[in-house]
Amino acid sequence: MLQSIRDGDRLTVQMQGELDHYCAQSVRRELDGLLAADDTIRCLVLDFANLTFMDSSGIGVILGRYRVMRDRGGSLWVTRMNPHIARIFHMSGMDRIIHQLEEARA
Amino acid sequence: MNSQQNEMELTFPSLPENESFARVVVAAFAVQLSPTVSEIADIKTAVSEAVTNAIVHGYAGTVGTVTLRASVVGRATLSIEVQDEGRGIEDVARAMEPFYTTCPEQERSGMGFAVMQTFMDDLEVESRPGEGTLVRMRKRIRSGVVA
Repeated sequence: MLQSIRDGDRLTVQMQGELDHYCAQSVRRELDGLLAADDTIRCLVLDFANLTFMDSSGIGVILGRYRVMRDRGGSLWVTRMNPHIARIFHMSGMDRIIHQLEEARA
Repeated sequence: MNSQQNEMELTFPSLPENESFARVVVAAFAVQLSPTVSEIADIKTAVSEAVTNAIVHGYAGTVGTVTLRASVVGRATLSIEVQDEGRGIEDVARAMEPFYTTCPEQERSGMGFAVMQTFMDDLEVESRPGEGTLVRMRKRIRSGVVA
């Protein structure tokens, strides 16, 4: 169960544990469930501070949620990635379309 | 000093819950080379990608056997093999292109081989349609000295 914090039209979700192909489906379902339950969410922030592992399956999950938010006229932000996760994020080119939220604002 | 080089082999069914198991096993085996935290993360990620490929593409919806081998080569190199007996890859060069995926509807990023290539020092892929796939990777551990 992912923890989330609502602040105005912004929903911040704390990513937990590991994000691989095995975990991706349930994470995707939970995130889409949170978004489907409230169409006033305009800004989705994925907080990676407690995510210990991510491989390219995580890229698919992030990119998929980017499309969901874009299609509803909103935006997706990521924050507090550890250096390893940030490296995968960067090599996939996602940092060109998805922005990192400064920690102070997260 | 023991002249016998260390090696391990593990087989498991191609179930997604074994992706985590496989990368943790290789990380534990690699500890003898005294890798840095960053090198361990690289190894775990590359193993995760190769095992996920075997499960998602090699056996695509069916369950087969994945074989994982790891060995110490010389004083500071870790060699890893991930093998399946699944459907194989028709065009290996194309499969290795970044963002190439046969399953975009499953939100597969097509970055698996690119991640393996980036995080390891050597990557070789042998595959024939109907005969499975063998992924061979090597990682030189910068600080590594076999105890």
